[in-house]
Amino acid sequence: MPKRYKMPDKRGYFGEFGGEYVPETLMPALRELTSAYERIASKTSFKKDLEYYLKEYAGRPTPLYFAQKLTRKLGGGKIYLKREDLLHSGAHKINNTIGQALLAVKMGKTRLIAETGAGQHGVATATVAALFGLECDVYMGTEDIERQNLNVNRMKLMGTRVIPVSSGSCTLKDATNEAIRDWVTNVKNTHYIIGSVVGPHPYPMMVRDFQAVIGREARKQVRKKEGKLPEYLVACVGGGSNSIGLFHPFVDDEEVAFIGVEAAGKGINSGKHAAALMKGGVGVLHGSKSYLLQDADGQVELAHSVSAGLDYPGVGPEHSYYKVSGRARYVSVDDKGAIKGVRLLSETEGIIPALETAHAIQYLTKLAPGTRKSDVIVLCLSGRGDKDMSIIEKFI
Amino acid sequence: MNRIDETFDKLKKENRKAFIAYVAAGDPSISATSGIVAALESSGADIIELGIPFSDPLADGPTIQKAVERALKAGCTARKVINMVKDIRKKVKVPLVFMTYYNIILHYGIGRFVREASGAGADGVIVPDLPLEEAGELLDEAGKSDFKVILLAAPTTSLSRFRRIASRSGGFIYYVSLTGVTGAREGLPSGIKRQVKALKRITKKPVCVGFGVSTPAQAREVASCADGVIVGSALVRVIEENPKGGKKMLKDLGKLASSLSRAVHGVR
Repeated sequence: MPKRYKMPDKRGYFGEFGGEYVPETLMPALRELTSAYERIASKTSFKKDLEYYLKEYAGRPTPLYFAQKLTRKLGGGKIYLKREDLLHSGAHKINNTIGQALLAVKMGKTRLIAETGAGQHGVATATVAALFGLECDVYMGTEDIERQNLNVNRMKLMGTRVIPVSSGSCTLKDATNEAIRDWVTNVKNTHYIIGSVVGPHPYPMMVRDFQAVIGREARKQVRKKEGKLPEYLVACVGGGSNSIGLFHPFVDDEEVAFIGVEAAGKGINSGKHAAALMKGGVGVLHGSKSYLLQDADGQVELAHSVSAGLDYPGVGPEHSYYKVSGRARYVSVDDKGAIKGVRLLSETEGIIPALETAHAIQYLTKLAPGTRKSDVIVLCLSGRGDKDMSIIEKFI
Repeated sequence: MNRIDETFDKLKKENRKAFIAYVAAGDPSISATSGIVAALESSGADIIELGIPFSDPLADGPTIQKAVERALKAGCTARKVINMVKDIRKKVKVPLVFMTYYNIILHYGIGRFVREASGAGADGVIVPDLPLEEAGELLDEAGKSDFKVILLAAPTTSLSRFRRIASRSGGFIYYVSLTGVTGAREGLPSGIKRQVKALKRITKKPVCVGFGVSTPAQAREVASCADGVIVGSALVRVIEENPKGGKKMLKDLGKLASSLSRAVHGVR
C-alpha cells in the first residue's frame, strides 16, 4: 500500500519547496491565518456555507463534458473538458475567492486586497467583496490593465478600486509586490486573497484545498462516465492553481499522469517565456521557495506570455515538488500555439477558451494522437475567453 | 570581536546611542559608493548599512525601490558589493552591514556569501524577507565566522515571539517602527517609546529602530528610547536629488547625516 500524500509539512514545505519568506510584520498574520484556516475551514458550518455559495452562487458542480468532435479530430483518447469556464465570473478563480472571503469574514477582516494578471482573480475577488460587503482594492500592472480592459471595468462596476502598478514589468509580479506592501501596511484589518497556489504558507495549501473541488468533482464524474480513472490530466500552469486543483485529488492514483503546460511565450529557447518549471532555477520570491526565472545574480527575470494570467516568473511550490519528485510532467506551448488553441476549441466545440487555458488545449494536439482510443484525457477548461477578444481579434 | 559588538560596547561606555545610516550600494554608480560610505562615517554614522540590490524589494517603499533600480541599472551585483567592501574597508573603520533579500544570498550560496562577505570586512547582514523560522541555515553559517545576522521585529510581533527573535539575533535587533514599508513619514507612529521600552526589558541586546525615521527631530525622539536609530530613505533621497553625484551630493549627504548624527548623539 503506497503512503498517502500529506504535503505540506507543518512549516509549509512540500519537500524542499514552500516556507514563509515574508517580512516579520506579516508572520503573526500568517500564523493567525493558518490557525484560523485549520480551526474554521474544517468545521461543518463553514463547509456548508462554502458548499452553498459554490452551488447556488458560483454554479457548481461544473460539467465534465465529452468533447466528441475534438476527440475525433485529434484521433486518440477520449477528451473530457472540466468546464470551469462556466462558473460565475468566468473562471476557476471564484472557487478560491469564495473560500477565502468566507474565512476573512469569520476572522473579522473588513477589507480585501488582491493581485491580478489577467483580471480573472481580480474579478473573482471583486465579486466576493460585493457579495459579502467587504471593501476591496485590486493591484494590477499597467500593461495588464491595457490588455485586459474588460475585466478592469467589471471590477470597477462591482465597487472595487483597481490600483495601477507601474513598477518593473508592469505585470503580475509587480502587482504582487505592491499587494504585499499593502498587506504589510494594513495587516490589522485586511485579508490578502492570493489568487494562486503561490505565496507564503498557508496560501499554497489553502488555495489548493479550495481549488481541489475541481479534481474531486472530475474524479466522480469520470468514474461515472467511464467506469475508471483517466490516464491523463492536462492543465495550464502559471502560478498553478487550476492545475493543482485538478491534480491534487488524484495524487495517490499513480496510474493517472499529470501534465502541466507552461507558457513558452516567444519560444521556449527565446529567453522570453514564462516557463519557470522548465527553464527556471530554485529561488525565493513572494514568500516561498520554488522554481523561478532568474538571472545569474539571482535577480528575478521578467516573464513573457501573450496571456496575462501566465505572465509570471514564479510557480507554486507544490508544482516544484511534483516536478522534482516526477509526479507531474511539465511541457510548454508558445504564444502562437495558444492562439491556435483558442481557434481549435472555438471551431470544433463552439467553446471560446481563455488564452491561458488555450495553452493546454493546444498541447492536446501533441498528446492526444499518440494515445490509445481507450485512454481518457481530462483537461481543465479553466476560464472563458471573452476577456481576450481584443488580443485575439488581431489574429482573426 | 565583531565590530558591531565593539561599537555598541563603546557607545554604552560613552552613554551614547548609535546612528545607523542606510544607502543602496551602487546608487547612483558603483564607483560612487566608497565615497558615500566614507562621507557617512566622517559625518558621524556609527554603523553603515549597504543595500545589495534585488529586483523585487517588497519591504521597501518608493524611495528605496528607485535607488535599487538605479543600482541595478548601474550593473550592481552581490559580488561587486562584496568587492567594494574590500576596498572600502581599507579606510573605513565603522561596522558595515549588508541589507538584502534572501534570494540574493540563496543564489550566491549561503556559506559562500557569509565567508566572502566576512572576508571582505563586512560585519553582518539584514534580510527583511527572512523571518526567524527560515533563518536557521544562514544563522548556522554566520555563526562559523562571527558574522552577524540581524533579525527584525515588528509592532505585530508578540513579546514571546520577540524573546525568541532576540535570543537568535546577532549584533542588535532591528525593530521596525511601523506596520508598513520603508520610507519617510511625517510623524512617528504613536506608542513607539512604550513598545521599545517593553522590548528592552526582555533583551540585553541593543534594540535599534528603523522605518519611517527621517528628520533629526524624529531621530532624537527615537534615540530617547532605543539604542540606535536607523535612517535610510531620507539619505537615499539626497542621492536621488543629485543624479550627477559628485561633490554636491557628498556635501548634501554629509550635511543631513551630520544633523541626524548630532541629534542621535545629543541624547544621553
